[in-house]
Amino acid sequence: MHAQSGAAPWVDSPLLRVRGLTARYVCADQTEPALAEVDFDIARGEIVGILGESGSGKSTLALSILGLLPTNARLEGSILFQNQAHKPDELLRLDEPQWREIRGAEISMIFQEPRLSLSPVMRVGEQIAEVMRAHRKGAPKKQDVEATLRRVRLADSGRVSSAYPHQLSGGELHRIAIAQALACGPDLVIADEPTRSLDVTVQGEILNVLREVNRESGSALIFITHNPALLVGFADRVMVMYAGRIVEEGPVAQVFRRPLHPYTKALLQLVPQRSEPSDPVKQRLPVISGSLSDSDRLAGGCAFEPRCPARGDLCRSELPSTIKLEGGRRVSCFNYGN
Amino acid sequence: MKYLQRRLAHSILLLISASVFCFLLSDLAPGSFFDEMKLNPQISAGTVAALRSEYGLDQALPVRYGLWVKSVLRGEWGYSFAYNSPVRSLLIIRARNTLLLTSLAMLLAWLTALPLGVWIASRPGRWDDRLSMAGTSWLLAVPELVLALGLLYVVIRTRALPAGGMVSVRFENLSLRAKICDLSAHLVVPLTVLVLASLPILVRHVRASMTEVLQAPFIQAACGHGIGQTRLLFRYALPAAANPLISLLGLSVAGLMSGSLLVEVITGWPGLGPLLLEASMSRDLYVVVGVVMASTVFMILGSLLADVMLVIFDPRVRAD
Amino acid sequence: MGIETAVQPAIKPALVKTSGLSKKYSQGSPFSRKKFAVDALVDVNFEIASGCLTALVGESGSGKSTLAVCLAMLEKPDAGEVWFGGEEISRRSDRELASLRPKIQMVFQDSAEALNPRFSAAQIIAEPLAIQRCRSLKQLRTRACELMEEVGLCADWADRRPLQFSGGQRQRLAIARAIALKPSFLILDESLSGLDLSTQAQILNLLLDLQTAHGLTYLLISHDFSLVGQVADFVAVMHKGRIVEHGARWQVIGNPQHDQTRRLLDSVHVMGRSFQAAHGGRQR
Repeated sequence: MHAQSGAAPWVDSPLLRVRGLTARYVCADQTEPALAEVDFDIARGEIVGILGESGSGKSTLALSILGLLPTNARLEGSILFQNQAHKPDELLRLDEPQWREIRGAEISMIFQEPRLSLSPVMRVGEQIAEVMRAHRKGAPKKQDVEATLRRVRLADSGRVSSAYPHQLSGGELHRIAIAQALACGPDLVIADEPTRSLDVTVQGEILNVLREVNRESGSALIFITHNPALLVGFADRVMVMYAGRIVEEGPVAQVFRRPLHPYTKALLQLVPQRSEPSDPVKQRLPVISGSLSDSDRLAGGCAFEPRCPARGDLCRSELPSTIKLEGGRRVSCFNYGN
Repeated sequence: MKYLQRRLAHSILLLISASVFCFLLSDLAPGSFFDEMKLNPQISAGTVAALRSEYGLDQALPVRYGLWVKSVLRGEWGYSFAYNSPVRSLLIIRARNTLLLTSLAMLLAWLTALPLGVWIASRPGRWDDRLSMAGTSWLLAVPELVLALGLLYVVIRTRALPAGGMVSVRFENLSLRAKICDLSAHLVVPLTVLVLASLPILVRHVRASMTEVLQAPFIQAACGHGIGQTRLLFRYALPAAANPLISLLGLSVAGLMSGSLLVEVITGWPGLGPLLLEASMSRDLYVVVGVVMASTVFMILGSLLADVMLVIFDPRVRAD
Repeated sequence: MGIETAVQPAIKPALVKTSGLSKKYSQGSPFSRKKFAVDALVDVNFEIASGCLTALVGESGSGKSTLAVCLAMLEKPDAGEVWFGGEEISRRSDRELASLRPKIQMVFQDSAEALNPRFSAAQIIAEPLAIQRCRSLKQLRTRACELMEEVGLCADWADRRPLQFSGGQRQRLAIARAIALKPSFLILDESLSGLDLSTQAQILNLLLDLQTAHGLTYLLISHDFSLVGQVADFVAVMHKGRIVEHGARWQVIGNPQHDQTRRLLDSVHVMGRSFQAAHGGRQR
């Protein structure tokens, strides 16, 4: 799907349009499926949550938008991105020099675990300056770096800027990862589990920073997480992924109040509820029984079928198609809503 | 500062024990300088004995050691029987020649190995990677001796370069520019051998260290921010890969005095190598001890340099 | 600031007790004269009831992990005493402690780092048994496979390396290794952080089952109140090296006394409340 040149400007078109994205990892003679027929749009300035567990393909999706998949990955489909020159770029057909212009400047990523995604032997301010240097002409000034740090509400930006990662706390490092991603004003930011292994108190702060930054800069945010509780009051829309497919999509409030896909329902029940003093002393926690195995993925029908409480006869042999509902909702299930 | 003081004290202790050890071992080795004379029927045993006592060789080991230490403190560093002069003047000239050769070799080897190792680490599995691996394996397998002899053979056959020695006979009469040319021409053979001998190990270490760092998540993250390939390799990856390389650099410095012995002997370079060989064979005791001590000093300097550099370059070490 | 030791309901006797436990770490560069000390533990008086699950909650840097390694006898405290089953253990020599070590085991946060990547799964589980010279090689493998089944791993995977397992499966492996020597006290140091919600729930259920089957006492260390709030019998809150609140779960969660406890609960409840509002209340 390619855009015609010289046609009407793409101002009203979505910032990111993904169609039929399929990803596979090839090693020796084996092929591991990672994504299957992923379709979605991202509009300018919106916050979209991608909800899924390990193995759902969410990290592969993030990396494929940035072209960072390893060399043994095979991608099919189309990712159209409206770049800052208001022309559409087919991201799956870019070469390295073109990617280098887009990464960090137009599409940016906040990687998991800032302790690992920041260089341990460079000062933090220097690392942010490097990103600026890669995309702007001329050497970045110290004030620019400190301004970026202030945008993520880091107090004492002077001290932080000249510190090394091991001298900073987890919360500070997460803010720096956000600052690095925003340094050149990208239109799309992808946050891959940005609050994993953070203290709960700090998680809330980081979400606030992300929300403010999104409001101030107008950049769109794709927020990848496994915890539905983080998306409430934060994301506009949510896409639920399972085994490389989007199984449900819709506005957060609606999906959470009335989940349609059995997997979404089961996932929402896993969120720890506030325990009341009247609760019995100890009870086993609700789980989704079993786990995703490779054979489930490769089977002809729905990958969730073995674990699904609402499974029917058709589910094992046929793949459910995507059903569009009102209010911008989508679901892929034969027995949705039951 | 306390750290440096501790290291200094440690180093002095090391030097003292090295000298004692060296003395002991040299003494335990059979024979002495004047044994050759014993074989000569024209020299009487009495003369030999008189010479021995004149040079203090008949005194007890601890006494001789004490006399040697006094000589070191006086600045003479012992006495050479063969050359009939204090060891110091011999050592200084020879050490200078050796250092000229080895420091140039070290510089060249590192300046070649670093970019080469970084480059092939960034292209794993490609033809240049495989070629350099094969090349370094071959170089590692070939002994220095064979390399030196082979190169000498080529040079003699082609008469392109002088085949040995450090300077030509007419060196003193040449102009400055001609002197430099002459010296350089003589340097080519020993320098090439030394560089080729040390290159494979350096290249492999640089490659191994870089390969490990290039798998780290922060490299992928930097790539994700659009950092260019060259900057990624030299500004992000190499500093993080530097720790084992700094230790290796310390070892290189440590070997500055002692690493070129074989090459010097074969190419006739008037450095510490031939001096040590001669002195060992003729039992010129104090020269041997002097050369060994000079090597030890460099070993200590080398490891101290590596430790200090680690603290300077790796902020994580500083935090401990 | 005094340390509040809440009144413990006298249901079960204490298996582990500490009194006046303190530990400092010093930091500084080898070249600078300044070295500053970090108070990791300050006068910790703490009891862990036998057969129960005690949760230790606190922010990063509050000293939870330091307390864990002192209880597991992996480090010696600077001051204070630790009692296990009525015996004082912090002043004993390593040889004397050797017989006690099988009884106290630990499961760490990062299973990928805590398990030897070159060992197979069976070798990892059998390692403590081999160290204690319990059985022959063949018996070791059989026992290892039994333990794998007990923690919900397929025994066919006995020869796989740890990195071939998923995060949740690796933690099961770490738990199997920990229970191999039939301990009575298990310390879980942030073992559930970084796992998916469903994996966390499955592992917690496994731990509860194991507790019932083997009469284990747990110390579950976490920064996540919502997680521990569902399974803990007792909760202790740590802040800057001190235990600032300790009591039965319903006491601490329902009626928090200390500011720090309230702060931790609030951050969890804010999210929980808005989630419940969106999701439409309790489902159970």
